Amino acid sequence: MEALDGNAIGGMLYHVFGVEMTMAQAECRGCGARGRLAESEVYLGGPGIVVRCRVCHCIVMVLVEVREMMCVDLGGLNELELPPRARD
Amino acid sequence: MAGAALLGRLSWRVATVTAIVDETPRVRTLELEVPGWPGHVAGQHVDVRLTGEDGYRAERAYSLASAPGEPPVITVERLENGEVSPYLTQDVRPGDAFEVRGPIGGYFVWRPGDGGPLFLAAGGSGVAPMRAILRHRRNSMSEVRARLLYSSRTLEDVIYRAELDGEAVVHTLTRAQPPGWTGYARRVDADLLREVAWPIEDEPLAFVCGPTSFVESVAAGLLELGYAPGRIKTERFGATGGG
Repeated sequence: MEALDGNAIGGMLYHVFGVEMTMAQAECRGCGARGRLAESEVYLGGPGIVVRCRVCHCIVMVLVEVREMMCVDLGGLNELELPPRARD
Repeated sequence: MAGAALLGRLSWRVATVTAIVDETPRVRTLELEVPGWPGHVAGQHVDVRLTGEDGYRAERAYSLASAPGEPPVITVERLENGEVSPYLTQDVRPGDAFEVRGPIGGYFVWRPGDGGPLFLAAGGSGVAPMRAILRHRRNSMSEVRARLLYSSRTLEDVIYRAELDGEAVVHTLTRAQPPGWTGYARRVDADLLREVAWPIEDEPLAFVCGPTSFVESVAAGLLELGYAPGRIKTERFGATGGG
């Protein structure tokens, strides 16, 4: 399976967090690298969506929809900075 | 625009197809009418959602191919095993409707104030957001220089061919070339980029969009040329374009 970018799940992230998230800064728990969610690696096609660190490739986020409820595991992140709502 | 961005939720809206352009045998451009469309920035995308009669839903993301201020337009490549693209490229007719969510994305975007010069590299239908950027540059009378490197399998696979004739485009045809073809005829590699991309002294801004393998090799080649990582924006479509 080939990786997409965090940008590919921008709509879903917006839906979950209520704000445009592709520019959100995230810090990987595995290697400490900081980057924008848009730059992370995204794998679709499994039972859920897997987001990996662009630098060390460890899993930083998993999103699974279960009976119309979106379950989000952020266990691979040290920090996730929500961007301000007004971006334009 | 700012007011729309303040709304906390991104809702699905009904999009009605107002016009269809057959770009190539496998690619179509759909112009959409979306009531309440808040406007978009060049490079953003929308999610498209189709709902079957049995309630089954499928979603895919498509780049917006129109400039800010124009109605939303998407360009769709048909993938034989896709869940969404066969409907959008074969069955849909003007007046038909489906759901869209967007515009989405704040990373792979260009505004005239972001400057350049712009080096755009597109593989296949990855040219869609580049059209939005080139149109926006033209519409806003930006003086930022722009050059598009566009990789297609054959000349027949070139999307927006007539429109791109008016832009600074370097084509490469990777699978077959017409008789007398004088352009590039191979996959993009570091040597090709060295000949085509703006020199790093110009502090170029690069946008790369297409299949994942294309994006990876172009991004790696630009880094090799000395492009700053923060000045290379990438958008990967996956192996097949995503369906």
